[in-house]
Amino acid sequence: MAKKIKLDDKTQAFQKLVEDLCGQNTAKCDQCGTCSGGCPFVEDMDITPAELMRKVMLGQEDVLESETMWICATCNTCTVRCPRKLDVSKIAEALRQIRLRNEIDQLDIGKISREEIKELPQIALIAALRKLSS
Amino acid sequence: MGEKKIGVFLCQCGGNISKTIDLDAVSQYVETREDVDVVKIHSNMCSGAGQKMIIEEAKEKGLNRIVIASCSPHFHEKTFKGTMEKAGLNPFVLELVNLREHCSWAHKDQPEIATEKAKDLVNAGVNKVREDYELAKKKIQMGNRVLVIGGGIAGIQAALDLADTGNQVYLVEKEPTIGGKMAILTKTFPTEDCSACIISPKMAAAQDHPNITLLTNSEIVRTVGHRLLFDITVEKKPRYIKPEIDMDQCLICEQCVQECPVSAPNKWEQGIMQRKAIYIPAALAIPFNYLIDDTVCLHFKDGSCNKCETVCPQQVIDFSQKPERIQFIVDSIIVATGYDSVEPSEKPMFGYDKFQNVVTGLEMERIVDHITENPPPRPVGKRIAFIQCVGSRDEQIGREYCSRVCCMYSVKLASLLKQAKPDKDIYIFYTDLRAFGKGFEEYYKRAQDLGIKFIRGKAAELYENHENKKVVLKAEDTLSRQIIESEFDLVVLAMGLKPNDSTEKIVNFLKLTKSSDGFLQEAHPKYKPVDTNIEGVFICGTAQGPKDIPDTVAQASAAAARVMVTLAQKEFDVDPQLAFVHTDICDGCQKCINACPKNAIVMKDGKAEVVEALCIGCGACIAACPVEALDFHNSTNLQMYRTVDGILEEKNPEENRLVIFADNTCTYRVADALGIRKMKYDIDARIIRVPSSARITTNLIVHAVKMGADAVVLGDCPAASSQFPWSREVAEKSIAAAAAILENEGIEGKRIYFEEFTAGDLVKFTTLVNGLGAQVKQFTRITEQQRKDI
Repeated sequence: MAKKIKLDDKTQAFQKLVEDLCGQNTAKCDQCGTCSGGCPFVEDMDITPAELMRKVMLGQEDVLESETMWICATCNTCTVRCPRKLDVSKIAEALRQIRLRNEIDQLDIGKISREEIKELPQIALIAALRKLSS
Repeated sequence: MGEKKIGVFLCQCGGNISKTIDLDAVSQYVETREDVDVVKIHSNMCSGAGQKMIIEEAKEKGLNRIVIASCSPHFHEKTFKGTMEKAGLNPFVLELVNLREHCSWAHKDQPEIATEKAKDLVNAGVNKVREDYELAKKKIQMGNRVLVIGGGIAGIQAALDLADTGNQVYLVEKEPTIGGKMAILTKTFPTEDCSACIISPKMAAAQDHPNITLLTNSEIVRTVGHRLLFDITVEKKPRYIKPEIDMDQCLICEQCVQECPVSAPNKWEQGIMQRKAIYIPAALAIPFNYLIDDTVCLHFKDGSCNKCETVCPQQVIDFSQKPERIQFIVDSIIVATGYDSVEPSEKPMFGYDKFQNVVTGLEMERIVDHITENPPPRPVGKRIAFIQCVGSRDEQIGREYCSRVCCMYSVKLASLLKQAKPDKDIYIFYTDLRAFGKGFEEYYKRAQDLGIKFIRGKAAELYENHENKKVVLKAEDTLSRQIIESEFDLVVLAMGLKPNDSTEKIVNFLKLTKSSDGFLQEAHPKYKPVDTNIEGVFICGTAQGPKDIPDTVAQASAAAARVMVTLAQKEFDVDPQLAFVHTDICDGCQKCINACPKNAIVMKDGKAEVVEALCIGCGACIAACPVEALDFHNSTNLQMYRTVDGILEEKNPEENRLVIFADNTCTYRVADALGIRKMKYDIDARIIRVPSSARITTNLIVHAVKMGADAVVLGDCPAASSQFPWSREVAEKSIAAAAAILENEGIEGKRIYFEEFTAGDLVKFTTLVNGLGAQVKQFTRITEQQRKDI
């Protein structure tokens, strides 16, 4: 069954929240798909970066359920190529921040095994904690 | 004119003026002024009876200067100039004083002070008219010689239209053949008629036309002058082939080509084929003749070869030819310098320089043109992808604009290929498919019917399969939200259009302006689409912006028609109210030449000289002149000083005066509109009509303060709608310099500033003037000593 969405104050408020956090005008997006086509991690994402953009443009809060923003490595390939000069990485970061500021962490340090901690470079742990926990 | 005899005529305007202003008091005051012989009051000066009175008085008393104090000059300036002619007087020894809009209507509730203000305004008029002198309209003759720069379809069309109507045309093309980009295209959208078949008859007509001088392999190296006298120098590069002499000429026998050992990429064929060092530029080249490419020819490299010279039965090869300079004069110019394809290197993610199976749209034109040959010079394989918007609509490389033709040329190339070779699989990756022109949407639909697949997603990157050299394309199909990673035999980059280097050169030669996309700027996007900021210079084709062939041809004919309109006048009137030079003062510093945005000042015998045909009367040169050698007819420095003196003469030390230099187009009209609406503003304001704010010099501002002004405003139109868009910049420089002088004497620099007004900015004007009036009262009063010391 096709999903029905509403375009109302609530969706606008969500779009504005994201825009306030990232300083980007998401309405500029042409939906050309350059971000998705060049994304090195797109195959591990459940929705493409362009679809994530579209959901933000439409104020669809269910974008927060998507894995895409957590998989984003902030490599900035999309940002340097976007023909509208949108900073797509910053938008993904804004979505992560909305989650993290509600203290919904993606990483529980206690669940990492001792072996893994020994294996992983320390910088990777620090980076992961900064990106994935509040 | 001998003795100065001034007549002052005060109009009651049926009570509109006289109910507020005591004209008898004004009359008594003005009678005392020097040189005033007659003062008369009439109920309606613009009526037949009123005009008759002026004419009779002028004749009877031998008046040689007239002041009429009535309504705004925007109402009856023309009427009263006619009255002057009937009175046997020059229309430029007339001053109009605006007592109605700027005084009686605006200050209806302050009749006494308004009467005092009226005295100031009339006094200023008398002061000005005393310095007036006769001016005559000048007529300047024109010829019918036109230079068309660029031999593409735009230039050819414009040249033919002009030549057919009897004008003498010089058509200059930098390539060795005319035809431009259109001749390179295989077929045209949406009709698929053969491009070369349409353009080649026009190319031939341009060559054969008795009124067209065709200069190929030639570039403009210098242009000086203006719309009557553009002095053009062209450099013609050598072809190294002797022209026809005594019936002996090149027979196009091709023996030289067969002997030539050099092979080089054929530029006209976009490098998909090779040619020799001696070659004919294209199959349908005009002129159809050989030339030697001296960048690859061995004779020019090391002198090791002269095979063509040896073999030529007619002995027409001439290695000694040198570039030749040709100089001529034209009356008008059409710039049709066209475009270049954006460099694929601007988008390195598509690997054009690295992958052998990535080509540009223009290369694909030639590839498709030869596709039915067996074997084709450039095979295409089975699977072909087009990537749209490469170099267009891309802020990353500063090209925000849509190139307008790429969607349709890709649809065309795909359709032609599919029709010639139905086994091909063709994909077009697009962001938005723009099929806006006549027949375009139908053509797009037909391409779908042919089985061409359209995928909505811009390709993000390409990489090469090193084993088979095929190209892998990565993109999102944004409609199904799936990632595509597929191999193609050939990828075509639908490159956008960009302004070319020739256009850049011409812009510098002629001082043309460019729009933000880098293409040539038209004088007005709606009603002057082919005119430019320079009189007598017109533009057409893709030099003005990306466009297709029908739009280019239409615009070329429009530019030709505009030239005809200009030249058909045979002569044109020059308004005498323009800049001029006091040659006795000018020290030849040339600052005015740099300040003039219209190239209208030249040096003659070490002094500046204003070319009247070119000067548009903005006054920028006057503000730039450090010694007041530059001046302005009917608004001379002396006339401006005396006006200021007159308007401030009766000021008491305890009063305030706000002097507003109002440009004639916008600011002066705001004040008129306020009067008409009976909207009040600070009665201390004194408005002086000037041609533009750029004309106001630092000295004049300082002089106004010295004579009693407590604040000075320079008002002008907003740059976007101004006929002199540079006014603000010039005015602000003068203001800054004047402010510095005042600050030196302890007077606030803030008392002087620039303001933009449109003619409808009524509230802005009253708010500003009232605010300024209040602000001036806050400042410490300027002492008489301070004013004296300035």
